[in-house]
Amino acid sequence: MNSGNTPLQSRPEDPGVPPTDKGKMALAAVLLLIPIVVLLWVPHYAKVEPTLLGFPFFFWYQFLWVFICSALTWTAYKLTLSARGKTTHKVGGDR
Amino acid sequence: MTPQLTVMAAETDGINGVALSVLIALFALVTVAGFMATRFMRADSMESLEEWGLGGRKFGTWITWFLLGGDLYTAYTFVAVPAAMFATGAVAGFFAVPYTIVLYPIIFIFMARLWSVSHRHGYVTTADFVRGRYDDRGLSLAVAVTGFVATMPYIALQLVGIQAVLEVAGLGGGDNIVQKDAPLFIAFALLAAYTYSSGLRAPAVIAFVKDILIYLVIIVAIVYLPGQVGGWDAIFGAAEDKMAATNEATGGPTGSFIPGAGQGWAYATLALGSALALFMYPHSITASLSSNSRNTIRRNAAILPAYSFVLGLLALLGWVAIAAGTQPIGLDGEPNAQLVIPQLFEDMFPAWFAGVAFAAIAIGALVPAAIMSIAAANTFSRNIYKEWLKKDATPAQEAKVSKLMSLLVKAFALIFVLTLDKQNAINFQLLGGIWMLQTFPVIVFSLFTRWFHRYGLLVGWAVGMVYGTVGAYNVKNPVTGKAFGGSLDNIPGIGEMGYIAMTAFVINVAVATVLTVALRAANVSNGRDETIPFDYFADADDPRVQKDLVEHSSHEMPYGDPDDIAGNAPAR
Repeated sequence: MNSGNTPLQSRPEDPGVPPTDKGKMALAAVLLLIPIVVLLWVPHYAKVEPTLLGFPFFFWYQFLWVFICSALTWTAYKLTLSARGKTTHKVGGDR
Repeated sequence: MTPQLTVMAAETDGINGVALSVLIALFALVTVAGFMATRFMRADSMESLEEWGLGGRKFGTWITWFLLGGDLYTAYTFVAVPAAMFATGAVAGFFAVPYTIVLYPIIFIFMARLWSVSHRHGYVTTADFVRGRYDDRGLSLAVAVTGFVATMPYIALQLVGIQAVLEVAGLGGGDNIVQKDAPLFIAFALLAAYTYSSGLRAPAVIAFVKDILIYLVIIVAIVYLPGQVGGWDAIFGAAEDKMAATNEATGGPTGSFIPGAGQGWAYATLALGSALALFMYPHSITASLSSNSRNTIRRNAAILPAYSFVLGLLALLGWVAIAAGTQPIGLDGEPNAQLVIPQLFEDMFPAWFAGVAFAAIAIGALVPAAIMSIAAANTFSRNIYKEWLKKDATPAQEAKVSKLMSLLVKAFALIFVLTLDKQNAINFQLLGGIWMLQTFPVIVFSLFTRWFHRYGLLVGWAVGMVYGTVGAYNVKNPVTGKAFGGSLDNIPGIGEMGYIAMTAFVINVAVATVLTVALRAANVSNGRDETIPFDYFADADDPRVQKDLVEHSSHEMPYGDPDDIAGNAPAR
C-alpha cells in the first residue's frame, strides 16, 4: 500500500481506462465551456435594444441561449461517445 | 393599474370558497389515488408493481424527460423566482435562467464519473464516495453534515410556497400567533404526514398526476395571461417603470429592469454559484444516480435546458403581475411579494381554475420537499448515525433514526421560515447554496484527481463555511434590519456586489491549494484510495455496476433501498 501521495497515473497498468481521443474530448470541453463563458459575461447582453416581439435584448438573448446550449451539449455528447474506445478492463480484474 | 382590476383584487379578500374547494378536492384525490394505487398493486402482484414502478427505465427518452421536468418545477420556480422578479427585478430573479442553462454543461462534465464510481462501489451518497476516495471519516462527515444542514432552507422555501397558496385561498389570518401562521403550520403538518405515511418512497402515480397538473397550469398561464394585460410591450413597460421608481425604505431605485453597470457581477455569480451548488444536494445526487446508464445523464443534459425556457417565462409572470396591478396583500394586511403568483391566478382566472393552479403549486412543492427531507435523513442515518454514533445499530434502529431525522429536518425548516425573512423566499435557496457549494471541491475535484490533500480540502471547506455563514448573517434586511437578509455582499478585491457563495468558494479553493502544497511537501499521508481509474469509466455493461443496479432496482423507485431500511447498506 502506498502512502497515498503517489498519483494514480503512476500505477504500472492504469487498469481499464478506455483509449481516448484527446482531441475530440478537448473539443467537447470547449463546446461545454462556451455557454458558461458567454452567459457569465453579463455586460455584453445587459441592454434593451434591439427588441424582439416586445422583448428587450437582455431577455430574448438568454432565451436564445437555451437552445444554443442544448445544441452544443448534444454535440459534445456525440463527440464523447465517439472519442472513447472499448475498455481494456477485464471482468474479474478487480483487486 | 386599472380601477377594474383593483376592484377585482378587493373582492377576492377572505376565503375563496370555490378555489379552496377545488384545491382541497384535487389534493385529496391525488394523494388518496396515489396511495390506493400503490396498495392495490402490491396486494395484486408484486411483480407488476415493480414493472410499473421501474417503468421510467423502459420509457423512452422523451417520457423520461417529461417526468424529470415535472420534478424541476418546485416552489422555487412557481413562487420564489416570480416573487423576486415582482419585488426587485432582474438581478434578484432572472439570474435563474442563466443558472439553469449553465447547470447542464457543468453536470455533463462530472456527473458521469460520479455515476460510474458510485455504482462500482455501491456508494449511495457523496459522503460515501469521499470516504472511499480518501478513507477519511472526518472529510466524509463534513460533506454529510453540510448536505443535511443545507437542505433545511431549501425545504423552508417549499413550505413558504404551500403557505402562499393557502393564504391566498383564504386560510389563516387573525391576531394570535397560531392563527396568524396557520397556513404555515398546515403546510408543515401536510408535509410531515405525507412523508411519514409514504414511508421512504413517494408513489410514482402522484408524481405523474402532479406533472400533468403543473404542465397544464404553466401552458395556460404563459399563453393566456400576457394577452390579458396588453401584451409583452405593456408588461416590460410596467416593469421598467416600477423598477425605476424610488424605494422609500432604501432611497434607491426599487430594483433592476436589466442589470446595470457593476450589477453584472451579482447576476453572474448568483447564476454560477447556484448552478455549481445544485447537484451537491443529497436529493439531486440520488436522482442522478437513479438513471440507468452513465450516458443517460449526458443525453438528458442536452435536452433538459428546454425547461429553462419555461422557467424564464414563469419568472416573467412576476412582471405580468406588475402590469396586471396585482396586489399581494397577506391576511395580516401587509404586502407580501411571495403571494404574487397565487394572487395573480386568483385575480385573472375563474375560481375553479385558480383552484387547479393552487393545487398544482401546493403538490409541486410538497413532493420535492418530501424527497429532499428523505434524502437528507438518509444521509444522516447512513453517514452520521451509523458511522459515528452507533456503529452496531440494528436495521430497526436505523429506520427509526431515519424517520425521526426526516421529521427533524422539516422542523428545522419550519424554524427557518419563522425566524428568517420569508418575504424573500428565494434567499432560502441561496443560503442553502452558500453551504452546499463549499463541498464542491471535496466531491468534484476528487472525481478527477487526488492531487488535493484531504486535510487541505477539510480546512478549505471549514473556512468557506465560516466565511459564508458570517457573510450571510451580516447582510441585514434594509427594511426590518433582520440578519440573513440577503445573499449578496461586496466581493473583496473587486468592489462590486456578488453572491457570497462564490467568494467563499474561491477562498475555500485557495486555502485547500496552499495547504495541499504544504502537506505534500511534508509528505503527510493522503489516505488510502479504494477506487481504481476504471471505476470512473464503468458503464451499465460492467458486472459490478449491474449487480449494484439490480440491488437498488427493487420496489417502486428505480434507485430504492433494497430492503426499505434506510442507511443499512452493507459496507463493500
